[in-house]
Amino acid sequence: MKQSLDWQIATIKAVRAETDRVKTLTLALPRQVRHKAGQHYDIRLTALDGYQAQRSYSIASEPEREGDIDLTVEKIETGEVSTYLHDVLVPGDQLEVRGPIGGYFVWEASRDEALMLVAAGSGIVPLMAMIRQRAACPSKVPAHLLYSSRTYEDIIYREKLERMAALGDGLQIFHTLTRVQPPDWRGYHRRIDEQMLAEIIRPLRDSVQVFACGPTLLVESVADHLVHLGIAASHIRTERFGPSGETKGT
Amino acid sequence: MAEKFVSRGFFGKRQSADKSERVPPGQYITEDFPVLTAGPTPRLPLDQWSFTIEGLVDKKVSWNWQEFLQLQAQPFVADISCVTKWTKLDMRWEGVSVDSLLEHVKLDPKVKFVTAFCHEGYTTNLPIEDILNGKAFIATSYDGKPLAPEHGGPARMVVPHLYFWKSAKWVAGLRFTEKDRAGFWESAGYHDHGDPWKEERYSFSG
Repeated sequence: MKQSLDWQIATIKAVRAETDRVKTLTLALPRQVRHKAGQHYDIRLTALDGYQAQRSYSIASEPEREGDIDLTVEKIETGEVSTYLHDVLVPGDQLEVRGPIGGYFVWEASRDEALMLVAAGSGIVPLMAMIRQRAACPSKVPAHLLYSSRTYEDIIYREKLERMAALGDGLQIFHTLTRVQPPDWRGYHRRIDEQMLAEIIRPLRDSVQVFACGPTLLVESVADHLVHLGIAASHIRTERFGPSGETKGT
Repeated sequence: MAEKFVSRGFFGKRQSADKSERVPPGQYITEDFPVLTAGPTPRLPLDQWSFTIEGLVDKKVSWNWQEFLQLQAQPFVADISCVTKWTKLDMRWEGVSVDSLLEHVKLDPKVKFVTAFCHEGYTTNLPIEDILNGKAFIATSYDGKPLAPEHGGPARMVVPHLYFWKSAKWVAGLRFTEKDRAGFWESAGYHDHGDPWKEERYSFSG
């Protein structure tokens, strides 16, 4: 199928706060190409004098939704594009975008392996598109999400995820909070480690496709642990972002 | 129309002029060294490592790790651009140029393309002229230290003038061919050539 990847001018339909540092933008597109869950769009900002900046943001909405897409954006305090998207952009504004982009970190709803999704922070965004597509299709494959956040307030899509898990259709969600936990917290309260991954993947491991997305060091260690647990490297798809941890750490 | 589009209220964070002219369009400067890999990082034992030149050559040649270290490596400094938008200036590498590797074989005159293939299965394709005349290296060291596994160690290809996915990590060899054959990302919507100064990021059919 031929698909154009030309730049187009989207209109902001809505802006929603997910957490203090994370917003979801709903974009109406003149030409919408059906995306795959896990893909991203490029955003290009242009100043009056022609200066431009580009970044990539993952699609949060399911491919089945027509007419608009959601991009969820974490604000990086020193960031050039995310600060604009958070602090300047309002509904009605226009935004130059192209996509969808990316051909490997994608899930097809026709797959019949179980899904093991591992996210940290805004790494949840491309996985949310998979979770939403699984519900929309509907796909009956079991899906386990292990999601690491710093605090309860930092959990992106918290209520949406709760509602989806409550459907009882095979989606199970496991949270871990690494910095502060509420008094009655029943989830994990440490960084993702091999034991945690082993517990959560065990019921799925005969036939499983893993998608892991988050900061570089976290995804590195998750992938290493999963290989050590005997999951074939070809069944582990990763997307890393942010500092490598060599010169600056998070 | 797209040329005239202006983002309301966007001013941007500019680089100094001397740096900005070294940054290809749509890229930003990072001081960090990000890691982008489609799967887990392979940990390759050095005693099982090899590098092979094959395809349309007079004879297939392979080196093990000890043999490869005997080849003439040279330091080189390069600006690197990744299709995910980061550019890192003045990266200090050390490696063996593809030119000096090719002194060990004779290329068939029909050769037009090369596929770099890797120990974990990755591939990337390049026109032959993009790896000759000092344009490409098999690097074994970065910033004065052995190349770390997450950055492609023990050895990766480095082709500084193309987007960094062409600089195959964990490289296992070069296969010379007459016909172009799309590699891993080139089969997944990314550009066949990948020149950052022409913004050859994506293919237009996928």
